[in-house]
Amino acid sequence: MALVLSGLWIGQNVNVLPAAASLNAPIYDQLFKVLFSIGTILFIGIFGLLLFSLIRFRRRDGETGDGVAVEGNLQLEIFWTAIPAVVVLFVGIYSYDIYDRMGGMVPLSDPHAMHGGMVASSDSGTAEGDSAVIQASVLGTPSPTSERIWGGIGSPMAGGATALPVEVTALQFAFLFHYPQGDITSGELHVQKGQPVELRMEARDVIHAFWVPEFRLKQDVIPGQPTVLTFTPIKAGSYPIICAELCGPYHGGMRSTVVVHEPDEFSAWFEKNTTTTVASALSSSSTG
Amino acid sequence: MTIALTPQTSSPPPGLQPEGWLRYLSFSLDHKVIGLQYMVAGFFFYLVGGALAGMIRAELVSPISDFISRETYNEVLTLHGTVMIFLWIVPVVNGAFGNYLIPFYVGARDMAFPRLNAVAFWLIPPAGFLLIASYFIAGAAQSGWTAYPPLSLTTPAAGQVVWILSVLLLGGSSIFGGINFIATILKMRRPGLKMMQLPMYCWAMLGTSILVVLSTPVLAGTLVLLSFDIIAHTGFFNPSLGGNAVVYQHLFWFYSHPAVYIMVLPAFGLVSEILPVHARKPLFGYTTMVYSILGIVFLGLIVWAHHMFTSATPPWMRLFFTIATAFIAVPTGIKFFNWLATLWGGKIALNSAMLFSCAFIVHFVFGGITGVALAQVPFDIHVHDTYFVVGHFHYVVYGGTVFVIFGSIYHWFPKFTGRMLNEDLGRFHFLITFIGFNLCFAPQHWLGLNGMPRRVAEYDPQFTLVNQISSVGALLMALSTLPFLINVLWSAFSGRVAGDNPWKALTPEWLTSSPPPVENWKGEAPLVQHPYGYGIPPGQIDLGAATGRELWSSGQ
Amino acid sequence: MTAFSPSSDPSPPSDVLAPPLPQGSEPLVHDAGQEAHPDHRMFGLATFLVADGMTFAGFFAAYLTFRAVNPLPADAIYELELILPTINTVLLVLSSFTFHRAAKELRHDQLGPCRLWLLITAGLGLAFLAGQMVEYFSLPFGLTDNLYASTFYALTGFHGLHVSLGALMILIVWWQARTPGRFTADHHFGVEAAELYWHFVDGIWLVLYGILYLL
Ligand code: HEA
Ligand code: HEA
Ligand code: CUA
Ligand SMILES: [Cu+2]
Repeated sequence: MALVLSGLWIGQNVNVLPAAASLNAPIYDQLFKVLFSIGTILFIGIFGLLLFSLIRFRRRDGETGDGVAVEGNLQLEIFWTAIPAVVVLFVGIYSYDIYDRMGGMVPLSDPHAMHGGMVASSDSGTAEGDSAVIQASVLGTPSPTSERIWGGIGSPMAGGATALPVEVTALQFAFLFHYPQGDITSGELHVQKGQPVELRMEARDVIHAFWVPEFRLKQDVIPGQPTVLTFTPIKAGSYPIICAELCGPYHGGMRSTVVVHEPDEFSAWFEKNTTTTVASALSSSSTG
Repeated sequence: MTIALTPQTSSPPPGLQPEGWLRYLSFSLDHKVIGLQYMVAGFFFYLVGGALAGMIRAELVSPISDFISRETYNEVLTLHGTVMIFLWIVPVVNGAFGNYLIPFYVGARDMAFPRLNAVAFWLIPPAGFLLIASYFIAGAAQSGWTAYPPLSLTTPAAGQVVWILSVLLLGGSSIFGGINFIATILKMRRPGLKMMQLPMYCWAMLGTSILVVLSTPVLAGTLVLLSFDIIAHTGFFNPSLGGNAVVYQHLFWFYSHPAVYIMVLPAFGLVSEILPVHARKPLFGYTTMVYSILGIVFLGLIVWAHHMFTSATPPWMRLFFTIATAFIAVPTGIKFFNWLATLWGGKIALNSAMLFSCAFIVHFVFGGITGVALAQVPFDIHVHDTYFVVGHFHYVVYGGTVFVIFGSIYHWFPKFTGRMLNEDLGRFHFLITFIGFNLCFAPQHWLGLNGMPRRVAEYDPQFTLVNQISSVGALLMALSTLPFLINVLWSAFSGRVAGDNPWKALTPEWLTSSPPPVENWKGEAPLVQHPYGYGIPPGQIDLGAATGRELWSSGQ
Repeated sequence: MTAFSPSSDPSPPSDVLAPPLPQGSEPLVHDAGQEAHPDHRMFGLATFLVADGMTFAGFFAAYLTFRAVNPLPADAIYELELILPTINTVLLVLSSFTFHRAAKELRHDQLGPCRLWLLITAGLGLAFLAGQMVEYFSLPFGLTDNLYASTFYALTGFHGLHVSLGALMILIVWWQARTPGRFTADHHFGVEAAELYWHFVDGIWLVLYGILYLL
């Protein structure tokens, strides 16, 4: 009991994560606390048991006998099969719920998203008469409407605000951000506090991964597989963007920054950099 | 056939079996010789892999790329991972201990296919040297031990092709070994010995070998396709030629996840042998242990995609693999609780073998718990490909398997050589390994959570201090090999003479002389139906008793 | 005495390996598959074929996934002729029966007919390979044309390699069967092994034909 309590206390009070700067980060931290508590309880419990056995049952000088010949105990075994099973099941369901709340199960805006992934283009080969025809799929030439969007994570939308679309290109060894609404191209990602952002990511050469530790978000960017990642920043500041997938010698240097602005700051930045139709872009992007 | 019979007890046979130490350098067919060949070769590659780890940790002392060039860093970390997994852990826990112990345990005089066995071993040194030579000649592979395309298609081709070639050779060796173990365990048992009477290590090796036979060929096929992509410019895994890079990941992990159980199940088996002997108690829950091994084998084959949670896998797939992965904690947990129950109420000798085994339990439970956390998709999304993962797997492979290997060497050294290892040096070795290990890898979890990705030569300066702590730990680990090496070399020639059965153990390998004769037993193999029949009331058995056989007959 | 050892030396090579006998123990021999312990080589081979089958399974899985998720370029419409592969399928299935026949003759100690049927089997295998070659040369696409083409060649090529190896094995046992007493009614590992392998290769082809040509 004391063990459980101290485990819970440690889980609630240990702070080993960086700042939580997006809407899904606090949800993530909840999960982390639960996992940390369970982990601590189990680990301390087992470690304590082991240490106790080693000290209590150690062979003392001059002892020559054997231990007692117990070979098993069905009840005990059922007990310690059941405990981990219950824990694991609970953790699984809980983390599924968390994942759902983080937006992992949200079908992405594109109709072909996610589920389309595995079944699309099953018409690529059809048996006809005595010859098999392997047809090129209509999906072959990527047209914007039917383009398949691969997994990613959709974020819970903050108050129904429309998302700010940003096109992300990952290449050796940099991220490029392009804002279609203002035709801005930038090496840094600028977003506005409280407004959802929709990253449409593509890789040029090899696999990269977009990671912002403070957002608790990571997504591989795989060549040939356009991917969408949505999130809502909730805390102003600058955070590192890190490439998390080995992509060559300068993988370690493939970093950038995401700047989360207060709304008016963001408008100023946007205005300063916009080359086209400033007004329209602004009106749609600064609703938050 | 005429062979002069010199009435010497353990003289090596003439002909193809050369005399003395020379047979260790030759194509020997004796399973004990092959086992030790695996062990020594594996340990050599451990030093190589450790030296490479040393280069990694030296580079990471400072946040900028200064010690070695960035390309070299990637070569070094690729070689480190490949060498440690394919040339150290897998050959030693499977090949070395499997070959040495399994024939004893099933009551056979050798493996089912001794020739195949020798071939399997002799594939390893050339493959290893090929791999290492590639570093000096053409530059080694730079794409990590996972060799994900398209990166592995765009880095210098020569190194990558050599890497593929040597992994194919090592995989072949592994498959041949697996076939041999399955045949030996299922078919070579001495009459009267039932499956459920085998020592636990046999079950572990059976499970491991099933995994080897089912999953290694898939890796082989995948690497062949990858080499086509590199050499013939096909586009299987090359998106710019219409291929699919994620299919490679699926196929790769279909092997490489089971591979982690190939690395750890035999270690589980070895611990199950060591604990009862030094705690003088029967192994707790034999039957559930067997079923949990089979459960791990089954689950191990269907969880591979937990390495790909950020690779744009569809949600249903992530959900399935989360649940399946986390469920491995159940059969694994059974094993750990059984071990604790084995210790409970025992008469535990706190010698080096026992200390290493107990440290294994601590480390593996820790690494297993972080593993179950990693299996949760939302958690993994944050820490995937960070030092948290590096921390997780060094806890299970080093804190788990390598600790067991050391423990096993302390336990079986008297069997191999007839001499004891020095206990004081052994405990000293344990102490610095234990401290160094935890100092090196525990802080890495924090690094990962706070934003340090893996496989980088340069990092955010805020992490400098923690990385330096980690490097100090690595230095301690490197130093800890010294007392061990000294101990082994010194004891092999002038250690205390062990006698046939210094631990008064009941498993069959101890019921013969140490070191054993070529045919394992003079006379018939003993029928050991209760390999863990410890637990005789005090006084009824004399630990100073003479031979193992005497002990055995009085024990039951 | 391994079936594939080319030496015609009548004395088993294992004699050389026999260790000195410790006093009081029976002679034991360090070699696979002779008197020392029952012959487990067929079991070993079967296990190996499971492994080999997994290699194919990996390829099949890759092929099916490629088909499901990777669209071909628009101009990549290929018709696979079915006539030749179907003939090939018949040849291969037939060869399984002829091999079976050969083994049956052997079990009745009819060496002559056995060798004849072996030769027929090898002939069928070679005819299959020839058919495969003809198909390769008449296909409108090459190895690196696109994903489908590459996978097609990888699958059929890997299988063809197995057929070549099998045909070679058959020819070897056919040659060995010349020596009287090499194979007897109950001592014929070489033939048995080749047969099991051949049936395996045959079975794989049926799957391959199914998913590559028919699906
Ligand atoms: C010996 C090797 C080994 C072993 C045994 C394990 C065991 C486990 N591993 Fe690990 N793993 C690796 C080696 C290993 N791993 C390696 C090398 C990598 C990185 C590869 C790379 O990318 O380079 C990796 C990566 C890795 C990942 C991917 C991380 C990522 O890249 O994002 C995941 C995710 O699920 C994972 C999970 C697990 C789990 C759930 C177990 C489970 O089997 C653990 C089960 C054990 C326990 C849980 C402890 C005992 C149980 C109890 C005491 C019962 C009570 C416990 C609970 C109820 C929780 N591992
Ligand atoms: C399987 C077993 C295994 C083992 C035992 C180890 C052991 C060690 N590993 Fe290993 N490691 C891996 C498997 C293993 N590793 C894998 C699979 C990867 C992933 C690779 C990848 O990303 O592709 C990895 C990656 C990896 C990294 C991450 C690199 C990166 O992502 O950038 C680090 C960093 O600290 C590291 C450190 C260490 C250290 C300090 C040890 C130490 O425990 C080593 C201790 C031993 C010694 C120090 C030997 C002592 C001897 C000498 C020094 C003398 C040498 C002298 C001569 C040769 C004459 N390893
Ligand atoms: Cu881009 Cu790493
Ligand atoms: Cu895994």
